[in-house]
Amino acid sequence: MTLMQKFLGAAATLAISATAALAEPAIIFDLGGKFDKSFNQAAFEGATRWAEETGGSFREIELQSEAQREQALRRFAEAGNNPIVMAGFAFASALDEVARDFPDTKFVIIDMVVDQPNVRSVVFNEHEGSYIVGVAAAKASKTGTVGFIGGMDIPLIRKFACGYVQGVKATNPDATVIQNMTGTTPAAWNDPVKGAELTKAQIAKGADVIYAAAGGTGVGVLQAAADAGVYSIGVDSNQNYLHPGSVLTSMLKRVDVAVYNAFKDGPDLETGFNVMGLANGGLDYALDEHNAGIFTDDIKAAVEDAKAKIISGEIQVHDYMSDNSCPVE
Amino acid sequence: MDFLQFLLTLDSTIRLSVVLLLACLAGLFSERAGVVDIGLEGKMLISAFVAAAVAYESGSAWLGVLAGSAASVVFAMIHGVASIIYRGDQIISGVALNFLASGLTVVIGHAIYKKGGQTPTLTGDARFTEVKLPFADAVADVPVIGPIYSELISGHTPLVYVAFAIVPLVWWVLYRTRFGLRLRAVGENPASVDTAGVSVVAMRFRALIITGILCGMAGAYLSTAQSAFFGKEMTAGRGYIALAALIFANWRPVQAMGATLLFGLLEAISNLYPNIDVFGLFSIPVQFTQALPYILTVVILAGFIGRAVPPRSVGVPYVKER
Repeated sequence: MTLMQKFLGAAATLAISATAALAEPAIIFDLGGKFDKSFNQAAFEGATRWAEETGGSFREIELQSEAQREQALRRFAEAGNNPIVMAGFAFASALDEVARDFPDTKFVIIDMVVDQPNVRSVVFNEHEGSYIVGVAAAKASKTGTVGFIGGMDIPLIRKFACGYVQGVKATNPDATVIQNMTGTTPAAWNDPVKGAELTKAQIAKGADVIYAAAGGTGVGVLQAAADAGVYSIGVDSNQNYLHPGSVLTSMLKRVDVAVYNAFKDGPDLETGFNVMGLANGGLDYALDEHNAGIFTDDIKAAVEDAKAKIISGEIQVHDYMSDNSCPVE
Repeated sequence: MDFLQFLLTLDSTIRLSVVLLLACLAGLFSERAGVVDIGLEGKMLISAFVAAAVAYESGSAWLGVLAGSAASVVFAMIHGVASIIYRGDQIISGVALNFLASGLTVVIGHAIYKKGGQTPTLTGDARFTEVKLPFADAVADVPVIGPIYSELISGHTPLVYVAFAIVPLVWWVLYRTRFGLRLRAVGENPASVDTAGVSVVAMRFRALIITGILCGMAGAYLSTAQSAFFGKEMTAGRGYIALAALIFANWRPVQAMGATLLFGLLEAISNLYPNIDVFGLFSIPVQFTQALPYILTVVILAGFIGRAVPPRSVGVPYVKER
């Protein structure tokens, strides 16, 4: 057998294994990495839960650079994976193109809207979830100053910030909210050292409850808050366990549910617009044994009250992304 | 801004400068000896990882620093073998080390701890805690001097004091010892050092060992003092900023301290006061403050203000004439 034949044989084997993987779902994690203890990890947990319950398997890739976005999408689509879930707003422009080229493949994008017939766009009303943890922060704060640390400075993170400020101000109109963004590049999702430094700066200015919506950077925020003996609020995944007695609560964004549902629906999933909020359990706050001691009944009552009013529509939380501005500072 | 706020800004400046200072001094040794070191970032990263892992396993932060420095020295030696002995391109070798560190840390970290490259959180003696200098509480109420002593000077991690103590030491070694004279000569005119009967290769290797140790301390500071775990890519470009500071400081140790403190101050200001309002006329956006270190370096390099004069033989492998 000549060398060429060997190569052809190998290629043929590869092709067979590729078709064998047909209709296996796939997930693409964003630059924060699937172990960011936050957004991507929630997505990974959803996928894992599906795999455990159904015994199925899925393909995954963790992006290392911006340039890989479209490449990874095309690779999965060409290999016949269906549906393909991507965790992160930043996939929008890449998906817009790839979705056109693979009309028979179903795509699910989380945190962004892509208007294509074969795409399901899952968006969360983060402003609602941030509002209720804002209520908790204002209730728990003794100094009347609370902090917010965002990851990359993008409208989505400002949406978190804006909802949080509204919740704080509604509970304590005199409260001050100090806001910081870690950076303007994707590296801002993964700079725990800077997150810790920003936290120390906010604590120095009097903040005693700090809400981190910053992916991997948030781990540094929670650490610095625990070191200084002040409260912090986690995001996306339940982060209460990281520093019991210091993490006041976590704003749960059920990315895992979004991924799980997408995998469960399989190739026939319904496309279109999918909004997850407080009302349908897509968002919530975390209460478990790690924060039971500090999350007092008083705080809980106020948070539950705000939650009920948002669900009933009595409280309308302003969405930053609707007009790119926030009514309160 | 009141006095206390001012002190807090300076306090934050010191914390932020230390990594840059150590890395900058590390770069100073290697570049003064004629070896360009763009691999500061990679050496810091591998050291940050090894320091966190060893500190976690042994429960001692100091052991972590030692192990981190050792790992960083190993990287420096790889750089040395490639660029001094085999006369490879020093930039390429440095960049290769950066990539190697970025990949190795995550792969090994994930293999051991299964947390995607993160190490577990360090607690107790496994991390550096803040040292309270004697009488810090007693003098805190004395006006002006009290807060300066108790807020600004006291209450940092041990590595901070070590870093600032190293600056005069580096100056002394570089300008007042025979070793320092030869080191500088190797970077300026290696042929003359060779004529004097001193081995250029050995001098450059010695310089790289010091570079490795200092870089190792910088990395260990990141993972065991400034935060309490290793996370992938946690150096976040600080090695490159240190390199910029080195150019800004004209490859001199005391100026290096000045440059890194200035860069630290700019970062502290951008953290504490994101948007600075100038007399209500206009506001300086945070991005400008963050970019200022790079802008200043480019201005210096372009020769508008002052002039950056690198060691003459930097980046040139030494070939002995036969």
